[in-house]
Amino acid sequence: MLSYYFRMAMHSLKRNKALTGLMVLAIAMGIGASMTTLTVLHVLSGDPLPGRSGSLYYPQIDPRDMADYGPNVEPPDQLSWIDGMYLLKAKRATRQALMTGGMVPLQPAQSSIYPFHAMALYTSADFFPMFEVPFQYGNAWGSAEDDSKARVVVISANLNDKLFGGQNSVGKTLRLQETAFRIIGVLGAWHPQPHFYQVYMGSYADEEDVFIPLSASRDQHMDHAGETDCWGNGGGDNNTLEHAPCVWLQFWVQLGTAQQAAAYKDFLVHYSQEQHAAGRFLRPPNVRLRNVMQWLDYQQVVPSDTRLQVWLALGFLMVCLVNTVGLMLSKFMRHAGELGVRRALGASQRALFGQLLMESGVVGLVGGAIGLLLALLGLWLVRQQPTDYAKLAHMDTRMLLATFGLAVCASLLAGLLPAWRACRIAPALQLKAN
Amino acid sequence: MSLHPMIAALRKHKAGVVLIALQIALTLAIVCNAIFIIYARIQNVQRPTGMEESNLFLITQQWVGAPSGDDPADLQKLDAMMREDLNVLRSMPDVVSVTPINTLPLFPSSWNGSAALKPGTDLRAGNARTTFYFGDEQLLKTLGLHLVAGRNFTAADVTHRGFRDATESSIIIVTKPLADKLFPQGDALGKAIYLNGGNTPSTIVGEVERLQVPSVASWASGFVWNSAISPVRMNINFSRYAVRTKPGRLDAVMRAVPSKLYAVDAMRVLDDDSVKSFKDIRADAYRADIGMAVLMGVICLILLAVTAAGIVGLTSFWVGQRHRQIGVRRALGARKIDILRYFQMENLMIAGGGALVGVALAVGLNRLLMSKFEMQSMPTFYVLVGLAVVVVLGQIAVFVPARRASNVPPVVATRSV
Repeated sequence: MLSYYFRMAMHSLKRNKALTGLMVLAIAMGIGASMTTLTVLHVLSGDPLPGRSGSLYYPQIDPRDMADYGPNVEPPDQLSWIDGMYLLKAKRATRQALMTGGMVPLQPAQSSIYPFHAMALYTSADFFPMFEVPFQYGNAWGSAEDDSKARVVVISANLNDKLFGGQNSVGKTLRLQETAFRIIGVLGAWHPQPHFYQVYMGSYADEEDVFIPLSASRDQHMDHAGETDCWGNGGGDNNTLEHAPCVWLQFWVQLGTAQQAAAYKDFLVHYSQEQHAAGRFLRPPNVRLRNVMQWLDYQQVVPSDTRLQVWLALGFLMVCLVNTVGLMLSKFMRHAGELGVRRALGASQRALFGQLLMESGVVGLVGGAIGLLLALLGLWLVRQQPTDYAKLAHMDTRMLLATFGLAVCASLLAGLLPAWRACRIAPALQLKAN
Repeated sequence: MSLHPMIAALRKHKAGVVLIALQIALTLAIVCNAIFIIYARIQNVQRPTGMEESNLFLITQQWVGAPSGDDPADLQKLDAMMREDLNVLRSMPDVVSVTPINTLPLFPSSWNGSAALKPGTDLRAGNARTTFYFGDEQLLKTLGLHLVAGRNFTAADVTHRGFRDATESSIIIVTKPLADKLFPQGDALGKAIYLNGGNTPSTIVGEVERLQVPSVASWASGFVWNSAISPVRMNINFSRYAVRTKPGRLDAVMRAVPSKLYAVDAMRVLDDDSVKSFKDIRADAYRADIGMAVLMGVICLILLAVTAAGIVGLTSFWVGQRHRQIGVRRALGARKIDILRYFQMENLMIAGGGALVGVALAVGLNRLLMSKFEMQSMPTFYVLVGLAVVVVLGQIAVFVPARRASNVPPVVATRSV
């Protein structure tokens, strides 16, 4: 039966090529624009660590003075050195790591390569097991290296390829800002996107090239990059950041269960109360404990232009659909006489309705296929843009299926009203009119 | 022409009429908001920075193993390295002038603070927010700024200090907008202001017409023209130099710069991005805005095309359906032009009705976007332009099927189908 409906639909569509083409094109453009922007939104708001992101949390506390104080003020996005070190040493979570980013001058041993800036992350030992960072060679440092301010470094696969031709470089020396660091590990492929753990160096930045113990980076006066927010009479001077009333560190903890998370939040409140009582915190306790996805949402890592484009494209799709409904209606009504004959010859309203819907379904499917090509073209155009997320704009299977789903649903929806109107035609009236 | 028969006819096609009107309404709402966004972006991009932007480029470099700049001896050494670089750059052929500088307008790095009339004034208490540029006596010449009052810095004015030194310089040049904000009577020259809530006065010795702040982000939109220039060489382990070349010699000088600087001292980082023409800095700063404007424009054009095609399609259907009636009217004495007018009038009514709904939708959409994105309220002008555009579009689109209708011969009336 379906194949008969299909043949009928094809026959009917072929009869009026211009109108059919117009409908297909309208659906295709609407779908193409929507899927391009939705795919970009989808990849940009993706989960960087699927399966684990729910148990990773970003604690925030409020150590600022009373200037700008008000109800419902969010605590600062980062931690000061004193609070960060206290929370790190308290070890109240399963794992915890303190970190900040920087650009470090790197002097390759080969004289053929001029010194260059390497993107660095200064962090503590738990960073690697907490985020399940894969290693190609060697391994991460432990808390002993953190404590002894050891000059050790973990490098990315990229940097290892660039400097050592992809060979095992563990044990070799890397000169960073005039100081020799020993390579103890080389990472495997690891590209969490968005760059959730450090959003201050670009939300969709590549991962860092060198990972250095935070203690060693402070010992070597390595500049920290990203945001430094100070209050009172604090200055963002790199050398006195340990004592300044400034927040500049990011802190992540791993908490297995909801109970653990609740307990950790209590711990943060308790700590704030203690500091408040001691006179160091002037504000009443104000803490947040967001998991990865909540943190990314709060930070609004997805550019607002991207969201605006999605709105625009969906509006565009809507106009295309209304357009298709109108054209479909005129097409069906034009053949009202023929439908009347079919009704008179015994076709049920239901059968007619099914046939007409099949026709709009075919339009949707073809429109979807062309729309998919347009979306692929659109994504290619997005990838040519010099934004840091451009390289992420690829279609995955889910979005591919969603494209066809959207196209067929949209055109069936568009066919619904015209088909309903057309199949309600009284057969006698039509025959009489003819 | 009486509208009554027309309305009676439209009543028979409620669904079609509603669909066209709805499509026109949606198109109007989207198109005038899009045009408003395009206009806002273009306006941002086109504002002049206040500099002579051609023949200008910026060098950013970092010394490897330079002193950290904590004690006076370190600062002297850093300053000597900087002056050596400046000498080499200034001695290059085709170079007009060079200044050390912390950043340039539209460059993604900025140093912001406040200027106040009283010492120790709190930063947030309604004082002028401003951005700071640090350079030497060649800064005005290199950037091509227009001095409208007072004098330029002399070589003797220029001091050097470390990055962490919070001392403010004793003399300063400000932009006219900043001077007027602080001294509305226009007597800023020679007056003392206090920078960043400090206690040492800085005397205004000159005013430049215009100099934009570096950031193009929305947080800086409140003080776009408030800039202050201090005669200071800032000593850090990295440095930036703005260079003005002779006309047409920009590329040649830019290519020659790295080897010249490496010859002075090879222990430095000069990346691919380190030598950058101002044209490229401008392009980078506004790339997203231009991309968005182009995208919006393309979507608008396609949208209008789709709507026009929809009108053509539906009207063609109506013309086909009313073939006989048109023939009857013609046989009863209606002229071709009457038939043409009939369809155009009909379209005007539908488009007008849709456009009225569209105006409401457009304003609603603008409110919605304002709540979700950083956007201004749309002036009525845009809605009126949108209204005119969709009505004219409707008239153009309906012309083809209406012409066909007017060509239906009267003899059709005598035929049965």
